Amino acid sequence: MEKTVPEPLLVATDLYKIFPLAATWFARRQLLQAVTGVSLSLLAGETLGLVGESGCGKSTLGRLLLALMPPTRGEVRFAGQNLWKLPKDRLRQLRQKMQIVFQDPYASLNPRLTIRHILEEPYIIHKLGTKQQRLDWCEKLLHDVGLPSEALHRYPHEFSGGQRQRLGIARALALSPELIVADEPVSALDVSVQAQILNLFNSLKEKMGLTYLFISHDLSVISHMSDRIAVMYLGRLMEVAPRQRFCHRGLHPYTEALLEAAPDADPGRRLPAPRLKGDPPSPLQVPSGCPFHPRCPEAEPRCRDTFPEFRQVGPHHWLSCHLR
Amino acid sequence: MSDLSSPLLNVRDLKTSFHTPAGLAPAVNGVTFSLQSGEILGLVGESGCGKTVTALSILRLLPEHLSRQSGQIWFQGRDLMTLKPAEMLQIRGNRIGMIFQEPMTALNPVLTIGDQISEVLRLHRGLKKTAALSEAARGLARVGVADPERRLRQYPHQLSGGLRQRALIAMALACEPQLVIADEPTTALDVTIQAQILALLSRLQTQLRLALLLISHNLGVVAQITDRVAVMYAGIIVEAAPTPKLFARPRHPYTRGLLASVPRMNFQDNPENLQAIPGQPPTLGELPAGCPFQPRCPQASVVCSQSPPWIQVAHDHGVCCWLWQDGRGGESHHGEDRA
Repeated sequence: MEKTVPEPLLVATDLYKIFPLAATWFARRQLLQAVTGVSLSLLAGETLGLVGESGCGKSTLGRLLLALMPPTRGEVRFAGQNLWKLPKDRLRQLRQKMQIVFQDPYASLNPRLTIRHILEEPYIIHKLGTKQQRLDWCEKLLHDVGLPSEALHRYPHEFSGGQRQRLGIARALALSPELIVADEPVSALDVSVQAQILNLFNSLKEKMGLTYLFISHDLSVISHMSDRIAVMYLGRLMEVAPRQRFCHRGLHPYTEALLEAAPDADPGRRLPAPRLKGDPPSPLQVPSGCPFHPRCPEAEPRCRDTFPEFRQVGPHHWLSCHLR
Repeated sequence: MSDLSSPLLNVRDLKTSFHTPAGLAPAVNGVTFSLQSGEILGLVGESGCGKTVTALSILRLLPEHLSRQSGQIWFQGRDLMTLKPAEMLQIRGNRIGMIFQEPMTALNPVLTIGDQISEVLRLHRGLKKTAALSEAARGLARVGVADPERRLRQYPHQLSGGLRQRALIAMALACEPQLVIADEPTTALDVTIQAQILALLSRLQTQLRLALLLISHNLGVVAQITDRVAVMYAGIIVEAAPTPKLFARPRHPYTRGLLASVPRMNFQDNPENLQAIPGQPPTLGELPAGCPFQPRCPQASVVCSQSPPWIQVAHDHGVCCWLWQDGRGGESHHGEDRA
């Protein structure tokens, strides 16, 4: 860790994303608060793990950071440039530097295109290289992700889940990006194949100096991959801290509950009494104050009234809780 | 495997194949295990290894024109395999309860929760409608549902995932079965809800002295609540042992590989590379001859092209692997589990 202080590659400030749901015969127009007031920075060369339960806004946040959708409020700066203030062609150029790997390798590859077509497309869109160069690049991409170059002439259905995820990664690597958002990239894979893909992510990061936002609901995966970890609940960041900080006490009550609930493959640790009662509330009806207060075992009256400021409580350790 | 006093469920050489255009594809290829009353047995394996087909075969839920089944399934002194469909109806949902993975698809969306739980009671216990409904309310209360009368009148889409899974558990337990088969009961749920459901299952299991067959791909879930674990790979059980033993001293190369490939929740030490198992599980129609794990096994040798024997390395620990034929697991020849 004795590196010089790395520059933030990406800085998000006070991001909001609110989806208006259309009124139907049965329901009034409603607002879905997917992301609420998130500020976050990604340092060049780090892996930031983003963990949270389904519907907490992890994927929406990932897409906002990549400028795949405009935020309702707030801004995203990549390498110092405010993404939504850039002219369109500049933004398109910058997109080469920021790529995404999706969760479901069955749904994210077009079944009617050959692998060559899929991998070549980014180069064609950005008007890079001659035909021969592009072919060479595609072969190199396959090599980088551990697939044979014969794969070029095949279709996605001829590959297993793990191989398809390798293809998804190869496509993301095509334009030599600096930042990759990996949105649950191993949740659809079998346990024995999952490890291959996690190792691949790590070796590529080392080889190419990539920066990852690694989104997962699985704390074991997050603890394995991340340098820093961000915990999200109902659209808000609850806690951001370096990985090692998570083995000590004094974490956000939600983080503590999450850590305790996560099943670990260790029969020495038997089932603890569940700390949290009830379900996470719907993002259509976010509770007042701290969104976690209805389930928090330590909640006090003030938790219901005001949202606790997201503040620094230790070196590189930020959280949002009245009680910590 | 160890036969103590007569087990509640005793599955012998269960084989299930499916008719496919390419011929018979074996999904379960000779599975043998037993389950004592009051015991939780975990059946772990990756997708497609035959866990779910094993469960469906025990309940005889697979359509006969699509599949072929052989072997014996002894349950309370009767071989379920020989029962007539009408006799099976008396057992399913009554003596053996089933909890499915996806609570949204396992429940009927156009019937209320109350209709669905009381149906079981009316069918098997002959209760009248109101009696069945009040019994259903008791059942919901037992699985920790607050305000059960209101929930009885609701439809599945009005409940959260956790509540739906509780309703499904209440339904499975309605007739106080001796055996419950839970197929990935928490896979569709968030971790905090998963913790609640696992705690509930383990409380009910102790309270009602249930035998529970828990099917899961999640080694963490299995480690936390089971007494014994059987590991499945490509249609066979490759290893079975008491849970602490299996995790501490796995003997089959696949079990070892599986345990080494799972990231542990560890925030302290710097992570090392995971030891991935090369390749991927075989597909049904293309099973290799002999040991199905052989193409991916770091310790495979010539004998592995013949079907491996079941070897009892301890009275309660069995493994299906040639390595253990000499009782040493081949450790004198090879380094300890290098992947």
